[in-house]
Amino acid sequence: MHSAATDAPAPLTPVAVLSKGGDLVYRQRVPVRLWHWLNALTVFVMLMSGAMIFNAHPRLYWGQYGANNETAWLEIGHTDVAGFLRVGQVTIPTTGVLGLSANSDRAFPPLVTIPSTYSLADARQWHFAFAWLLVVPGLLFWAWGFVSRHVQHDLAPTPRELHPANIWHDITNHARLRFHIGESARRYNILQKLSYVGVIFVLLPTVVLTGLTMSPGINAAWPWLLDLFGGRQSARSIHFICATLLFGFIVVHLVMVVLAGPFNEMRSMITGWYRLPKEK
Amino acid sequence: MTILSRRRLIGSIGVGAGGLLLSGCDRIVASPTVKHVLGLGEDLTRRAQHVVIDRTALAREFSVHDMSPVFRTNGNTMPGSTTYQTHVGEGFANWRLVVNGLVRNPLALSLAQIRSVPARTQITRHDCVEGWSAIGQWTGLPLKLVMDRAGVLPTARYAVFHCADDFSGTPYYESIDLIDATHPQTILAWGMNDQLLSVGHGAPLRLRVERQLGYKQAKYVMAVELVANLDVIGGGKGGYWEDNAGYQWYAGI
Repeated sequence: MHSAATDAPAPLTPVAVLSKGGDLVYRQRVPVRLWHWLNALTVFVMLMSGAMIFNAHPRLYWGQYGANNETAWLEIGHTDVAGFLRVGQVTIPTTGVLGLSANSDRAFPPLVTIPSTYSLADARQWHFAFAWLLVVPGLLFWAWGFVSRHVQHDLAPTPRELHPANIWHDITNHARLRFHIGESARRYNILQKLSYVGVIFVLLPTVVLTGLTMSPGINAAWPWLLDLFGGRQSARSIHFICATLLFGFIVVHLVMVVLAGPFNEMRSMITGWYRLPKEK
Repeated sequence: MTILSRRRLIGSIGVGAGGLLLSGCDRIVASPTVKHVLGLGEDLTRRAQHVVIDRTALAREFSVHDMSPVFRTNGNTMPGSTTYQTHVGEGFANWRLVVNGLVRNPLALSLAQIRSVPARTQITRHDCVEGWSAIGQWTGLPLKLVMDRAGVLPTARYAVFHCADDFSGTPYYESIDLIDATHPQTILAWGMNDQLLSVGHGAPLRLRVERQLGYKQAKYVMAVELVANLDVIGGGKGGYWEDNAGYQWYAGI
């Protein structure tokens, strides 16, 4: 009735023909690109409005309670003449950047907060509205990721990749700015996989859950959240640490885009098509 | 061009660009459309909370070992009005809690009457909108008992709290809906940490509406008014900070 299997179209991800680089491959599917650019906006608004919320009480504590009479493990503040960041016993002078700058004596300066002048109420409106754009598309992306097998196929590291020797190999190559070329650039490398999985399945859910743990209303509905994170003030601290790590991820991510070839990287995240770097 | 002036030029370009960026962002923040869209987000969050939170769910209660060694004061710590000062001088002997509005029997309760009613004591966490928390013990009269005694009319939907303190001449006020008003942990506290409530913490009576943020915990409560809607109270958003700073009325997050 129908012809032999040899007439069937070639598989979508051929491995039979190994590329030596130079050819365009379809690498980023539509949901990946959509979610990426939505997050590019959302995460920035969350970080900047979050920075303003932090400005209202720029001290962090561990435990169920914590206020001015307790010892803060992290504080951004200022003396009459100098701004400082204090973590534990270590005090780092930050005049001009944190704690005290030309236009402000708040923890984070106007250039990095939403809104720029102090308004806790406005910052909260931005933070909680954009939180929906973080959570709902994030859950949809999770669902799509598993159903489409994007997670299993593209993001999950293989046992071989997880071998310490392989990870170390990739770290040293990255440090020497030697990136994957040819066929091996078709897939995410182990450092990419670990950082993407870390952001998507550890940092983002933790930042959302610790955010909810700070809500006195949600505490009544889901008191287990308080036990999971060790109290509201611990949740606030973990929330801040996650936000800092997300910021760190974005910095490294942007540096890597520039180093790996901004045109090719931008094209792949806009159109989906990525040119495999040529083998030398 | 000397290096100094070039540096100055680059510096001023930098400041100018930063300023442009800032004013652009601030224009977005100030736009009525943006405020409207963010308000839709607030509605969504409030509705979602009402779906998720059983309206009778209890706030966590802690043990005496979990309490903050020092419970800081916040907001107004000494109302300036002469009426209040007189009450303080008299040990609140002539002070009365007025309960009025949409009730069958308006009340004027003395502190002695309030303290003679079976009290509820709870150790709960106070969460300031700014981010800090303190755990303290509160003793007071369940608001539901007051409302039952006054006989709330079916048309009433909110309880409004009128306070003795003020910000730049505007007396403090807050409001909650009747579900929160009749919640078992909602009390008019006259005691704190095994002592009579201090002036700094809102003597003689402050609202404790657990599961909500600090600005809802109205201090120096003088009157409880039952109303059908919040339009007639202050700026119409239900509370001093809601009207004057834009804080969320439901205060659940």
